[in-house]
Amino acid sequence: MSGQELPEKDDITGVETTGHEWDGLKELNNPAPRWWLWVFLVTVIWSVGYWVVYPAWPTFSGATEGTWKWTQYGELKEAQQEIHQRRAKYQDRFHQAALADILADAELYEFARVGGAAAFKENCAACHGTGAAGGRGYPNLNDDDWLWHGKLDEIHETLRVGINSGHDESRISQMPAFGRDGLLTRAQIGDVTEYVHQLHLADKANATPAYTRGQQVYTENCAACHGADGEGDRTLGAPRLNDEVWLWGGDKKSIHNTVTNAHVGVMPAWEGRLSPDTLKALTIYIHSLGGTEPDVPMQNE
Amino acid sequence: MNDGVVYFEKQKKIYPRSVKGRYRQLKWLAMSVLLGIYYAVPWIRWDRGPHAPNQAVLIDMPARRAYFFNIELWPQEVYFFAGLMVLAAVGLFFVTSLLGRVWCGYACPQTVWTDLFVAVETWIQGDRNARMKLDKSPLSLEKIWKKTLTHALWVVIALCTGGAWVFYFVDAPTLLDQIRHFDVSYMAGSWILGLTASTYIMAGYAREQVCIYMCPYARFQSAMFDKDTLIIGYDRERGDPRGKHKRGDSWEGRGHCIDCTQCVIVCPMGIDIRDGLQMECIACGLCVDACNDVMDKIDLPRGLIRYDTQKNYERRTLAQKTAVLFKSEINLLRPRTFYYIAIMTVISALMLFAFLNRSNVELSVIHDRNPLYVKLSSGDIRNTYTLKIVNKTREDRIFALEIDGLSPREISVAGAGAPQPDNLMVLANSVGTFRVMVVLEAGKAMRHPRHNLRMVVRDQEGFADEMETVFISEGVQ
Repeated sequence: MSGQELPEKDDITGVETTGHEWDGLKELNNPAPRWWLWVFLVTVIWSVGYWVVYPAWPTFSGATEGTWKWTQYGELKEAQQEIHQRRAKYQDRFHQAALADILADAELYEFARVGGAAAFKENCAACHGTGAAGGRGYPNLNDDDWLWHGKLDEIHETLRVGINSGHDESRISQMPAFGRDGLLTRAQIGDVTEYVHQLHLADKANATPAYTRGQQVYTENCAACHGADGEGDRTLGAPRLNDEVWLWGGDKKSIHNTVTNAHVGVMPAWEGRLSPDTLKALTIYIHSLGGTEPDVPMQNE
Repeated sequence: MNDGVVYFEKQKKIYPRSVKGRYRQLKWLAMSVLLGIYYAVPWIRWDRGPHAPNQAVLIDMPARRAYFFNIELWPQEVYFFAGLMVLAAVGLFFVTSLLGRVWCGYACPQTVWTDLFVAVETWIQGDRNARMKLDKSPLSLEKIWKKTLTHALWVVIALCTGGAWVFYFVDAPTLLDQIRHFDVSYMAGSWILGLTASTYIMAGYAREQVCIYMCPYARFQSAMFDKDTLIIGYDRERGDPRGKHKRGDSWEGRGHCIDCTQCVIVCPMGIDIRDGLQMECIACGLCVDACNDVMDKIDLPRGLIRYDTQKNYERRTLAQKTAVLFKSEINLLRPRTFYYIAIMTVISALMLFAFLNRSNVELSVIHDRNPLYVKLSSGDIRNTYTLKIVNKTREDRIFALEIDGLSPREISVAGAGAPQPDNLMVLANSVGTFRVMVVLEAGKAMRHPRHNLRMVVRDQEGFADEMETVFISEGVQ
């Protein structure tokens, strides 16, 4: 390109074009308004202000601090401070209140439920699921079937000490591996599976010979913990077997596997890891999920 | 490259001459009505009883309520504002396609306040020639007091503009009292000062620059134009060839335009309408007034510059050439007229329907998604719902929940103090949230994986609302 070429001029307006063309459309090279330049310069000056008051220029050890000493971390702290202030209104009352009192106080209840829900998602959801619906081997906390009871105090205790957790006061639950350890023969396990599988049915019509033999095996080996009618024992964490809720599956194959190999559930103790207030909030949250049955005491309580 | 290039163009100050005429009258009328509405509306009182503000039009941000006479809107009903916005946009298209940029010429705040500021300028400093002379004159006592007074009046108007704006958001008499005692909240104060500054700058200095460089509507309104749109135009066929004319000279062989440039001198945008339709033209019609005035003086018919359609300008030219009689035709009933009317009708009907069906009590039901259902030890299935009951009335209300289309074994409410389904208390002017658990017998639940049902809440005075929802179970496997 030689510098001698004259720029093209638009016929109608007499204004120079930029030389750019898109599908036959050409851009006129009209001057920008002068005030636009001033606005641009003002933004440049404004940015100098930013350099001074905010962290801006990189240095070997980070960046210039700025006269306002602003940091993201500081902003976070301020925000947290605000949250603490808002919470403070309830925090003291919540700290003093007993679990049952919280249940009666609409404000504290909501405070605990919301806080508990957040703590649950951070600490419990990995095993029990975000909706507390659990999964195979991890109890569903929404239903009314509790291994260790669903009263407020008991939920709190389970949270505090855990199950088979190694905590000094841990709840301990241990089922023998009847098949693997040779306590029962393969045939006996098949019989007892037949019996347990039908425990929850109202109409036990299939009184096959295997079912009758299985009942014998059950009475001798299982009833001590799981109860004569399979009603379970919440002092031992022995699951109820005559209901519709199965932790490790209720089909024959799953039951057979459970009797043969046994399952040992572990829940960590949260005392010392979560604050006492968090444990209280979690208790209220889990209680609010709807699984509790305070008016129906267990038979062997 | 070459030396004459101007990269940044200095604003050429426009000194519009004042003018009298039909369109000027219309502009004065539009200005007084619009400014009157803007400044007066916050002062209209409306008795809503002891627990609500008594301002007819008020947008109460902290309380999340908008009041418009007897209408009270909650944030849940923000779609009414969306509907109004859509209606305003289509309305602008509609008016523009018929009458050109009359919004720009008469009703746009930028035009109205600029017009007002120019009026102040004219009042203090005199008309166009006097203002030009004053600007060119060296600093004198007269120049100082005239300029100072002009700017002082501008600032007062700007302050009133910013001040009136905040009155729409806070109780006006209370705020005025605070302003009088210089005891304004940071928020209100910064809005007043910000809008004062923007009014002063935009109407005092930026003026036509806003329409030319900043406003997007000005640009896209030309997309609504067609050949039947009324625009302001110069009748070239009648006016040209133009030139000076002495009284008594013949009009033979020349046009009716005497090149007096009155149309240019009165133009607030600083353009020459005789160059044809331009993007700067805001269709205010002041050049029409100016030209008609001149035509009257030289005893020629009015309308050398007039509101007319592109089609008519063209047809007149054609008629002149072919010596046929020209008849002006204005075609308002065009397809696009009906499209816009149809769209506005549909939106208005939808809004009206929504408005007539809004009630003082509203129920919304959210079915728990995680878990969808819970199997209980008895085999029964439980679903949990979050009910939100909006009580817009000024009294506390106790609602009873009924479920249609399903006969559950048990309905219970989770919450502090063991609430009952027939005793759901919602405080006045607030939203009550309840977690409702519904248990369905195993046999019934298993029949279908999904049951439709309707939840109804009703209080003793008959305030009620309902919502369809579902009950979900695993069904027959």
